[in-house]
Amino acid sequence: MGECPVCAAEVELADDAIAGELLVCDDCGAELELKSVEPVVLAEAPTAEEDWGQ
Amino acid sequence: MNVGSLKIGLLHSLIRKEEKLLIEAFRKAGVEPIMIDDRKLIMDFHSAPDIDILVERSINHSRALHALRLFESAGVPCVNSHKVSQICGDKLLTTAALKDNGIAQPECRVAFTEESALEAIEELGYPVVLKPAVGSWGRLLSKINDRDAAETVLEHKTVLGSYHHSIFYIQQYIEKKGRDIRSFVVGDDCIAAIYRSSDHWITNTARGATASKCEVSPEVAEISLAAAKAVGGGIVAVDLFESDDGLLVNEVNYTMEFRNSIDTTGVDIPQVVANYVIKMVKQ
Repeated sequence: MGECPVCAAEVELADDAIAGELLVCDDCGAELELKSVEPVVLAEAPTAEEDWGQ
Repeated sequence: MNVGSLKIGLLHSLIRKEEKLLIEAFRKAGVEPIMIDDRKLIMDFHSAPDIDILVERSINHSRALHALRLFESAGVPCVNSHKVSQICGDKLLTTAALKDNGIAQPECRVAFTEESALEAIEELGYPVVLKPAVGSWGRLLSKINDRDAAETVLEHKTVLGSYHHSIFYIQQYIEKKGRDIRSFVVGDDCIAAIYRSSDHWITNTARGATASKCEVSPEVAEISLAAAKAVGGGIVAVDLFESDDGLLVNEVNYTMEFRNSIDTTGVDIPQVVANYVIKMVKQ
């Protein structure tokens, strides 16, 4: 369990959660990045950059 | 060779659904991938992390492009290769590679100034599609229907864009009747394909298009495999237009996204990819 850095809601993590994974806060809809699993650290996910994706 | 002893590096930045599915697929095959975060990576031009092969899954094209070059320079085989990332990451280079291999594609022009771009557009005939040579997810695509729009977009790109927006890549507009095809190629096999349908002329799923199953016909397989080979092979997704003159290759993608295509096609795409990579290392 982590805390959303935007709205402070509790964010539940899957058992197979890994650092770097993208999550969405169910309460406020913010896109979050799981920076660390132990301890759980969540941050706002970076916004899309010009060279992202396919 | 014991599969469990294989050192398969997975280059990533953010972990998307695709990367999680790939990790799961490697684990199912008995390999724990070594995660390499491109945000923490430091390369010295001589060495690389101790891995047997690198699977590139970075979300940033520019990081992937340069990291692949440095891993290959250090003697690490990469999938996809630097060459593939270079060609697929630049629409101009993709078009050139397809042309060199005689593969059907929409007519294209490239120009470097507003004036010559306007001339090229009028030569092709309206409508045309102006695309950034490097870009993705259907962003900054412009369908230009007339001269007024052409002059406006060209001026905006020149004045407001960085220099690479003045490499004007102009593609003939193909009436695709609300859909295109994305096929998935792994090595020598075209493993699956989807239709991407939208009311909008842009049919990227990142822009809201819906995916449905497309049977891999001999025609789809043939042109997809030829396009993959033209850009250097490996693991790619090929975008196809169904034109009145047959299938045309629009783009080839080298870090393909497939989350919407597994249930749709019934093909376990990440497992096929993982098995292909493991086979490559064993050879």
